[in-house]
Amino acid sequence: MTPDEIRVSAKKYRAERTKKKHHVCVCMAAGCLSAGSDVVKTALEENIEKEGLGDSCEVRGVGCLGLCSAGPLVSLDKERVLYQNVKPHHAGDIIKSLGKEPVKEIQCDLDQPFFISQKKVVLENSGRIDPERIEDYLAVGGYSALIEVLTNWTSSEVVDEVTQSGLRGRGGGGYPTGLKWSTVAKADGTEKYVVCNADEGDPGAFMDRCILESDPHRVIEGMTIASFAVGAKLGYVYVRAEYPLAIDRLRKAIQQAKKFDLLGANILGMPFSFDIEIRLGAGAFVCGEETALIASIEGKRGNPRPRPPYPAERGVRNQPTLINNVETYANIAPIIRHGAEWYSGMGTESSKGTKVFALAGQIKNTGLIEVPMGISLSEIIYEIGGGIPGGKKCKAVQTGGPSGGCIPEEHLNISVDYESLKSLGSIMGSGGMIVIDETANMVDVAQYFMEFCRSESCGKCVPCRVGTVQMHKLLEKISAGDATVDDLTLLIDLCDLVRNTSLCGLGQTAPNPVLSTLRFFRDEYAALLKPSSATAAADE
Amino acid sequence: MRTDFSKPAPPSNDKRWKMIDAAMRRYGHKPHALIETLHTVQSVFGYLDDDAFRYVAASLRVPLSKVYGVATFYHFFRLKPKGEHTCVVCTGTACYIKGANQIMKALEDELGLRAGETTPDNKVSLMTARCVGACGLAPVVVMDEEVVGQMTPDKVLERVQAWRES
Ligand SMILES: Cc1cc2nc3c(=O)[nH]c(=O)nc-3n(C[C@H](O)[C@H](O)[C@H](O)COP(=O)(O)O)c2cc1C
Ligand code: FES
Repeated sequence: MTPDEIRVSAKKYRAERTKKKHHVCVCMAAGCLSAGSDVVKTALEENIEKEGLGDSCEVRGVGCLGLCSAGPLVSLDKERVLYQNVKPHHAGDIIKSLGKEPVKEIQCDLDQPFFISQKKVVLENSGRIDPERIEDYLAVGGYSALIEVLTNWTSSEVVDEVTQSGLRGRGGGGYPTGLKWSTVAKADGTEKYVVCNADEGDPGAFMDRCILESDPHRVIEGMTIASFAVGAKLGYVYVRAEYPLAIDRLRKAIQQAKKFDLLGANILGMPFSFDIEIRLGAGAFVCGEETALIASIEGKRGNPRPRPPYPAERGVRNQPTLINNVETYANIAPIIRHGAEWYSGMGTESSKGTKVFALAGQIKNTGLIEVPMGISLSEIIYEIGGGIPGGKKCKAVQTGGPSGGCIPEEHLNISVDYESLKSLGSIMGSGGMIVIDETANMVDVAQYFMEFCRSESCGKCVPCRVGTVQMHKLLEKISAGDATVDDLTLLIDLCDLVRNTSLCGLGQTAPNPVLSTLRFFRDEYAALLKPSSATAAADE
Repeated sequence: MRTDFSKPAPPSNDKRWKMIDAAMRRYGHKPHALIETLHTVQSVFGYLDDDAFRYVAASLRVPLSKVYGVATFYHFFRLKPKGEHTCVVCTGTACYIKGANQIMKALEDELGLRAGETTPDNKVSLMTARCVGACGLAPVVVMDEEVVGQMTPDKVLERVQAWRES
């Protein structure tokens, strides 16, 4: 197909999409599916048939609608009505009420902060389009950024635009995306690669899964634009094997894109080719680290290696390789469509745009949210998240997973941006946000993360392999009430050592949960210590 | 160096080896296809055994030690067959905060197993996962591929008992 043919088709799909009077959208992402949304969808379809409304109503399977804790969710796109906790027996009432008063009993208030305080850029199509149909993505303007770039832009103009947008990597580190792109674009190599990191190792985060399940074409479009900018011909998406639905939808999307000449040889009849292959992870957290990920793509054990050289110079098969996170790529198409200025108008001085968070833990509204950078944590927790259930108090919010830290309740007025979170000893991370209530013990929480790092350490470097085991033992000893203040001092020393001498980010950040809980909840550690032999002797 | 490798014969005349061959062919029998091939073996046979290791090693021309090294590095690969039913408890952060430990403990006590083991009658395997991506529904247990959210120790035991009686 040529660019013009795609534009014409897109127009046709748009007309088809809006033709029917009522659109009943059922969330078909993993959360709602496990609550039975597929059965609800069938029931809705049967009822439409029964009522003979096939000409005016359409049931659509869509991606994540956000409020996972109230699933299965069903939304009436045109009427702006959302139903929660929908069971198959509600289907009859929903269909009969179309065009009339909505069914009150299961209606969800769309004017609550959970919905109105969000700002959707990455998730703009999530819950609106059928992720398994490229026609839907084209109908809402999908691939128009790619067409624009391929027909009117030079590759360095693309890099400049991304640089000016101020976009920073969403995989955790926050490295400026434009700078990374320009390094790869300038690097010498016979072949270059573009890699999408969809390993999502933080246990308690599901943003990337939702993006892939809800809008896979957006990631493909972002990667293809990136490959044009840096001069790559082949891309890999490295995705966790634990996400079968995301893998399946991504596979389908790649096939569809190829059928429409949006991927493969001579894209849109132009002298530009790019193909994407999927590589499955196999349950190793360290493979989220970029050099380990490259080893894994090459079929090896996921052992990281020292940097430099960075993957931008030597990555897959020792060639210059661009590695970005799923959400980073998902931001590219809107940046091209609306311009860098529009994008950098959102967020703070140093952190531009929006960020997707996976809200979980002891919070009323669990699910997927997207907010502008610079919003306060308390707004996320108390307004969007609806606060803590059961009348309990919030104790801390954990961000950044095993590499991050806990932010105590008294600091929740902090602005959510890379620098502020860092100043409190945590990190932005990839977007997992776990709310911890007053019943939790913070030493336990630190021990939980250390157990994770201990079992996920790849074993290549000594500080991480041995250090995480020893730190975990010390935490166990503290929890059991057998430790003295000397053990605590030793733990702090070890944190320092492991942080400074480990080979890769896993070891370097493994002490973070301990250090951050020590910083804000030291009394919980102190309460568990027994007097050391020295002080005990002095007392006598 | 020898270049005229002849293709090794499959370990048995089980038809399923053809699927493994097809997977390796897709990647031109290149060593970098190792992980993808092991994924295929596991999804076809349910687990990886010595025969599979030897066959894959010879076909992709990767040392057997490397194949074993890769298979044991990644948690996803299983070296023992699964029981008739599997119960995977998520031990990710969200599930941990919501009490995954109690669920795990209840299962361990009831079945007399530790994570990674199978009951002697081969009925139930108990496993753990680090986040299945349904954190919004924590705590989560995957029972025979079905993701069940908002789990409690009582509910999980009820379902496991139903399996054992069937
Ligand atoms: C131990 C470890 C785990 C990581 N896990 C992930 C991950 O799951 N997903 C991800 O996108 N980046 C992860 N990263 C960061 C990557 O190494 C890399 O910086 C990132 O994919 C770059 O993309 P970005 O610039 O778009 O953020 C991890 C890093 C470390 C050290
Ligand atoms: S932590 Fe259990 S599903 Fe994510």
